[in-house]
Amino acid sequence: MFAPAPFLLKDVSVSQVMIQVCVALIPGIAAYAWLVGPAILVQLVIATLAALLAEAVMLRLQKKPLAIFLSDGSAIVTAWLIALTFPPLAPWWLVATGTVFAIVVAKHLYGGLGQNPFNPAMVAFAVCIVAFPALMSQWPSIGLELPFVDQVNVILGLAPRVDALSGATPLDAMKTALKLGDGTVNVASLLVNQDIYGNFAGRGWEWVAAGYLLGGLWLWQRKLITWHVPVAFIGALLVISGALWLYQPAQFASPLFHLFSGGSMIGAFFIATDPVSGCTTPRGKLIFGAGAGLLAYIIRVFGGYPDGVAFAVLLMNLSAPVIDLLTQPRIFGMKDKA
Amino acid sequence: MLMNLFKFKGGVKPPTNKTQSVTLPIAAAPLPSRLVVPLHQSIGGMPRPVVQAGDKVLKGQLIGEADGWISAAVHAPTSGTVLEVAMHVQPHPSGLDSLCVVIEPDGRDEWIAHQPFDYANATPDEARNYLQQSGVVGLGGAVFPTHGKLTPSKTVPMAELVINGAECEPFITCDDLLMRERAEEVVRGIGVFRDLLQPQKVLIGIEDNKPEAAAAMRAAIQAVGEDFAVVQVPTLYPAGGAKQLIRVLTGKEVPAAKRSTDLGVQCFNVATAYTAWRAIAHGEPVVSRLVTVTGNVHAPRNYEVLIGTPMGELLKLAQPHPDTDGIVMGGPMMGFLVPSDQVAVVKATNCLIAHSERLFPPKAPEMPCIRCGACAEACPHELQPFEMYWFSRAKNFGKTQEYNIFDCIECGCCSFVCPSRIPLVQYFRFAKSEIWAREREKNAADQAKARFEFKQLREEREKAEKAEKLAKAAAAQAAKKAAEAAAAAAAPAKAQPASGEAPPTPNATVAPEKDAKRATIEAAMARAKAQREAVQPKNVDALTPEQQQAAAEIEARRVAAHLIEPEPATPASEKTE
Repeated sequence: MFAPAPFLLKDVSVSQVMIQVCVALIPGIAAYAWLVGPAILVQLVIATLAALLAEAVMLRLQKKPLAIFLSDGSAIVTAWLIALTFPPLAPWWLVATGTVFAIVVAKHLYGGLGQNPFNPAMVAFAVCIVAFPALMSQWPSIGLELPFVDQVNVILGLAPRVDALSGATPLDAMKTALKLGDGTVNVASLLVNQDIYGNFAGRGWEWVAAGYLLGGLWLWQRKLITWHVPVAFIGALLVISGALWLYQPAQFASPLFHLFSGGSMIGAFFIATDPVSGCTTPRGKLIFGAGAGLLAYIIRVFGGYPDGVAFAVLLMNLSAPVIDLLTQPRIFGMKDKA
Repeated sequence: MLMNLFKFKGGVKPPTNKTQSVTLPIAAAPLPSRLVVPLHQSIGGMPRPVVQAGDKVLKGQLIGEADGWISAAVHAPTSGTVLEVAMHVQPHPSGLDSLCVVIEPDGRDEWIAHQPFDYANATPDEARNYLQQSGVVGLGGAVFPTHGKLTPSKTVPMAELVINGAECEPFITCDDLLMRERAEEVVRGIGVFRDLLQPQKVLIGIEDNKPEAAAAMRAAIQAVGEDFAVVQVPTLYPAGGAKQLIRVLTGKEVPAAKRSTDLGVQCFNVATAYTAWRAIAHGEPVVSRLVTVTGNVHAPRNYEVLIGTPMGELLKLAQPHPDTDGIVMGGPMMGFLVPSDQVAVVKATNCLIAHSERLFPPKAPEMPCIRCGACAEACPHELQPFEMYWFSRAKNFGKTQEYNIFDCIECGCCSFVCPSRIPLVQYFRFAKSEIWAREREKNAADQAKARFEFKQLREEREKAEKAEKLAKAAAAQAAKKAAEAAAAAAAPAKAQPASGEAPPTPNATVAPEKDAKRATIEAAMARAKAQREAVQPKNVDALTPEQQQAAAEIEARRVAAHLIEPEPATPASEKTE
């Protein structure tokens, strides 16, 4: 009999970690389903099924044990992040394609669980927004009161994709308005006069973001994530948006608007904190989070895409190994050395 | 006493499982049927056996003589007959054999004549020597010979003497019981260490889950009239690691590359202090120790056990449950399953845990690392275990050293928290032993190379000396011949002074002689040249086809550039065939 020490083990496992991440997403999902539309639940199911199927096929091809790896929950986390970042009324095949691409290419072709250099969900988002820019920009318009059955029909392609579907996100709408407006348009009047912006950042969406914030704080309290990445992400976003807002409040939206729109909160707590593709040292995590927050702002405000979180995270994924290498902490007993 | 405590990073809180074995007082384990006393029971030199089969020994009689300064003597744990001095399996995960003295007890447990050591009139060197002869070693588990740690640094004043009563490993309670029941002797032993090291203060660290031990120690300190400070440290594994306890009590961090005395601090286990005092005050060498017997047993308890007692016999005293399937020596975090229940209790044996799948369920299958960083958070040495794991797995051992693998104390915190159930410490042990093996190989190769080079040098020197000698002899010969010739030439000149012709005779006689010599020299040179040629083209032997191709191309270019004459010899590819 050979069993190496320690004989006592803490009651933890990869699937426990992944399940807790899913649980932490529930407040955001609830707000999403309640305020934006229950169609998101259908998308979550589609993404989950696609992810599990793709995972099973890839595991079979690699002759890895199906039961152990399917139940680790990592594919489900990826699937949920994809469903939550794609437009809620996107056709089923778009979400499925993104998910399959994430699992097959971004995850398994790089070696599977724990080996992927890029966040699979963000790879799916980037691929789909480049390949299907129109579909990825169609968000349900404000005032769209579509019954649940019709929403499902739209997703499944059984009903026509009506014009009312092709709204923009508040973030996108703000950017377009400010670009088109010849100096007469300013942020304050947009926020006051247009329903899409809700109370401060986008009707409905601001509460979805608040839900992610809540779940993220729970993850931190459960010690599944450390404070470094979210604090650095939000801090960097606050600093750059605050600086530009103070400089020209008419042309730049407030930090509050930026924090609660688009993918800021889900990015700060659920995506940039992915340990596999992110940094692992404390200082590295701070740099990673700050870099992602900064890049997200620059891309969403000055770039051509409606939001910048996906590309920001991917760019930081690219830099993570070097950041880790350069930020190795001093070890016990070696702290005085220069 | 209020004291500012420091923290070490990381650490874990496994269930302590200590209460089971503290309800009963220490009991003396009965004499076993035979004792198998390994000679190598401490770090350092292997003691030499000084008894042989058939010898009668008394309790406390020397049976193994310390070999060198870092080594400690071994004594007979009871009186009886030496059955054999032979190889027996050791309490080590390797299951390897080592030399043991097997004693059959005579049941009288009769001591040799022993008397207290005259400590008051002894020099520090005499005291250290006495402790070595008494077999006093670190009983916390590392079994480093204690006398070797009792010399203060020459340059750094000794600030703190740290006494380790933390006992952080789950299940183990032998130090707890020792402090509860024999605090005074522990305190007096600490006094000996204090006298030898002359520290500014003495700090006794005890985890705050042992209030009875702390109280007993405080009372004993007062009774003895010492000024040692008993400090209750937070219960956090591995607070009882020497480096962690030093950090908690003094704020000093001892790196792997330094001795703690270089930082003005030294650390001993409470049980070590106890045995040191027994040796000094009663002349009793270390022949027994306290062992916690616990785990999957009916009656967990602490026993005073003779060194050499077979573990199986000891475990029976605690009535193991029928599903017991092994014995763990040490705690559940750093201990190991012993290769057989016949292995003997040694000075390093602080605890035996009856192993069963009910107590320690088999581990879930190992999953890939998800780089969650839980191990780095838990590491008390602030290492990056997952990075060392990647590189150990990839056998990139240089990288593991860059990530300070030799600072790892193998405490098991990383394995404990890993959600992927990776036996991280095993990977690190593997990497460390591979690095050691490679270093040994490299050293051996370096020595062989040095030997070879020296041999070459010597041969060349001898050749040169021989050639010089030959040349000298030849020159002397030539000079002699020349002188003879000159003399011969002078004689006819004298004889025929009137003649104008040069006499042909001397030349005719000398010339064949010279020719013969030239021919010999030429033949020797030809031989030497042939030899050189035979030796020289070694670097074009055993070339790969690619290299030959490349060489051929270079040759072709050189020919094309008229740098050299085309070589008429066979192409390179044929040369090697």
